[in-house]
Amino acid sequence: MVVFKKPHALTDVPMHYCPGCTHGIIHRLVAEAIDELGIEGRTVGVASVGCSVMSYDYFNCDMVEAAHGRAPAVATGLKRSMPENIIFTYQGDGDLAAIGTAETVHAASRGENITVIFVNNAIYGMTGGQMAPTSLPGQITQTTPYGRDVTKQGYPVKVCELLSGLDGPTYLERVSVDTPQAVKKAKKAITKAFRNQVEGKGFSLVEVLSTCPTNWGLTPVESLKWCRENMIPYYPLGVYRDKGAEK
Amino acid sequence: MSTTKIVIAGFGGQGILFTGKLMAYQGLIDGKFVSWLPSYGPEMRGGTCNCSVIVSDEPIGSPIIDNPDIVIAMNRPSLDKYEPTVAKGGKLFIESSLIDRKAERDDVNVFYVPAAQIADENGDNRLGNMVIHGKVMKESDCFRFDTVMKAMEKVISARHRDLLDINMKILKAGYDYDCK
Amino acid sequence: MSEKVLMKGNEAIAEAAIRSGCRYYLGYPITPQTEIAAYMAKRMPKIGGTFLQAESEISAINMVYGVACSGKRCMTSSSSPGISLKCEGLSYLAACDLPSVIVNVQRGGPGLGGIQPSQSDYFQATKGSGHGDFRMIVLAPSSVQEMADLTSLAFDLADKHRMPSMILADGTIGQMMEPVELSDTMHETHYEKPWACTGTNLKREHNIINSLILKPEILEQLNIERYKKYEVVEKEEVRYEEFMMDDAEICIVAFGIASRVSKSAIVEARKQGIKVGLIRPITLWPFPSEPIKAAADKVKSFISVELSMGQLIYDVQLAEECRKPVYLCSRVGGMIVSPDYVLNKIVEVNNLGGEN
Repeated sequence: MVVFKKPHALTDVPMHYCPGCTHGIIHRLVAEAIDELGIEGRTVGVASVGCSVMSYDYFNCDMVEAAHGRAPAVATGLKRSMPENIIFTYQGDGDLAAIGTAETVHAASRGENITVIFVNNAIYGMTGGQMAPTSLPGQITQTTPYGRDVTKQGYPVKVCELLSGLDGPTYLERVSVDTPQAVKKAKKAITKAFRNQVEGKGFSLVEVLSTCPTNWGLTPVESLKWCRENMIPYYPLGVYRDKGAEK
Repeated sequence: MSTTKIVIAGFGGQGILFTGKLMAYQGLIDGKFVSWLPSYGPEMRGGTCNCSVIVSDEPIGSPIIDNPDIVIAMNRPSLDKYEPTVAKGGKLFIESSLIDRKAERDDVNVFYVPAAQIADENGDNRLGNMVIHGKVMKESDCFRFDTVMKAMEKVISARHRDLLDINMKILKAGYDYDCK
Repeated sequence: MSEKVLMKGNEAIAEAAIRSGCRYYLGYPITPQTEIAAYMAKRMPKIGGTFLQAESEISAINMVYGVACSGKRCMTSSSSPGISLKCEGLSYLAACDLPSVIVNVQRGGPGLGGIQPSQSDYFQATKGSGHGDFRMIVLAPSSVQEMADLTSLAFDLADKHRMPSMILADGTIGQMMEPVELSDTMHETHYEKPWACTGTNLKREHNIINSLILKPEILEQLNIERYKKYEVVEKEEVRYEEFMMDDAEICIVAFGIASRVSKSAIVEARKQGIKVGLIRPITLWPFPSEPIKAAADKVKSFISVELSMGQLIYDVQLAEECRKPVYLCSRVGGMIVSPDYVLNKIVEVNNLGGEN
């Protein structure tokens, strides 16, 4: 009896992610949501630049790779030309909240009927651990070797809070994947973000607090703890916008 | 075979571009080759404004005009700028109710038309451009009066259809105006 | 035959795009091409199309990338500074072999420059519209009629060869009105697009549109294959016009507005007995090297008439293999060569008699 199997929406391509990285979990949650909603055949994903760039190999649906930060614009083009398709972007913090800030804010403010999966691990993983727009105050990275000094490098960008100032978004929630319970909640949020699009409700973004053991210089278990003790207090979990629930 | 090169210049808001379009449509309706080239930019309203219109029996090369056969100067700066460029033997139309000087050239035909004043006397002081165009039609052989109505219908947008009659009336007043 | 109507060049581009099946226009306002956006904003909602004003040129070109991934015809337009912003997107479009049409109604540069006409984006359009080895088909209209006709052609060539194509116009052609006949035969030619990302329907392997190739030997091979495609384009798609070249001793090379002014100057020069003609590239890439090379056997000299500090002139010299002198006749910064200005240059070059 099969008790645990790979979601259909994931391919058999072995993932390149580092041991302990939570991208794998989040990929799986996205794939499960696609499976459960039965939308794989009409889904087109947009991969971004960063660690998740090669997600185009991992998702079984049609996939498009976007230039750095431009995924929401590319998704807009896809959705506008194929309104019946389900379009999602999968973006990291550098892509979504630094180089792609304008694209993120304006896709959200237009209320584009797309789903954005935002993976926030507070660091640039692919390029080897530089400061991200979401790196915490004091956090040591390759480009903040003495810790992020907010008087010089500024403060982290809180994406859910930022976007919740706009009228456009339908659904904004911040979740984490640091415990099995948290993973269950994340799954619910991601599924909701896709279901909103299926139901034509508009822009949905789920921010997932993630880990980067390699560039944080911690073991996988320490990383989960670091996320819990440092990231979650700074980035409070919860629903920041839910137009459906407001009614 | 003939080609007529026309420059219309004045303030934005004097109907410079409109007049050019009207001329271009008249040429088109008369089966000629035409081009219409505006100045464009931030000086859209109230600033200087000019447009170049060419009406020709043959395909038009450059839409840019060095030496116009006809210059319509609707304000003083335009007269200063374009008077020297009129082709020898060409025609210079001067809006004399707004321009206080006489032409300096003696090798061109000059027509002084108090356009704004005539337009005002005929019911709409904004339509000085129509007065001048009427006079241009009278004094040059490149436009036919019997096709101007058809051209006017093309140029005046549907929501301003009620202005057709007044435009035609003032155009006629310009056509009939005697400079002497 | 349909009725001739007076249209601005920019409007002719927009209407021709619509008639050629373009239902997606993504843009950002900039003078002197904004009429295209305004026209699309008015028309698209009435024909079930999409007009979207993006937050930037960068976003607009990436929306084009998104639509192009679906296999649908789409277009963006801008003017020089805006095209610089789109260059990133152009590289990605070319790298992913995505058909798309980009319009550049050029204005004077560099930097913010001015808003008057220019042709100083010639290098950018034909040589360096982004990072990496790639080409775009570049079409240069010289009349409002060609603004329409070449726009329609641009969509076909983009689909046929799976690559971005650009209309390289200038502020004059964009702003001027001329009679246009919009052919009733203008339509969307159908091309199969099995590569498009339209959803697998669970009936095929997933399509991936991507330009990240980390294995150098594969990336090299993809570049080589793309250049084989470009060779086909160079063989099949060169377009140009010859004007009074039969007995010409001086050959002007000019495109767009500069070619029209040159024609007027040529007619005047001929009245003075100077044998001068014109080769007008209609495709700037692929460049009409052959007719220019052939002309070098007959003429004494060339004049490159352009609204830039000397960009086209390099391609003329390359094409004629530096066998005859090539003189530059140019105005820049939004100034336009006048017929007299070109005529003076013709007379000057004629007096030199083809000697360097």
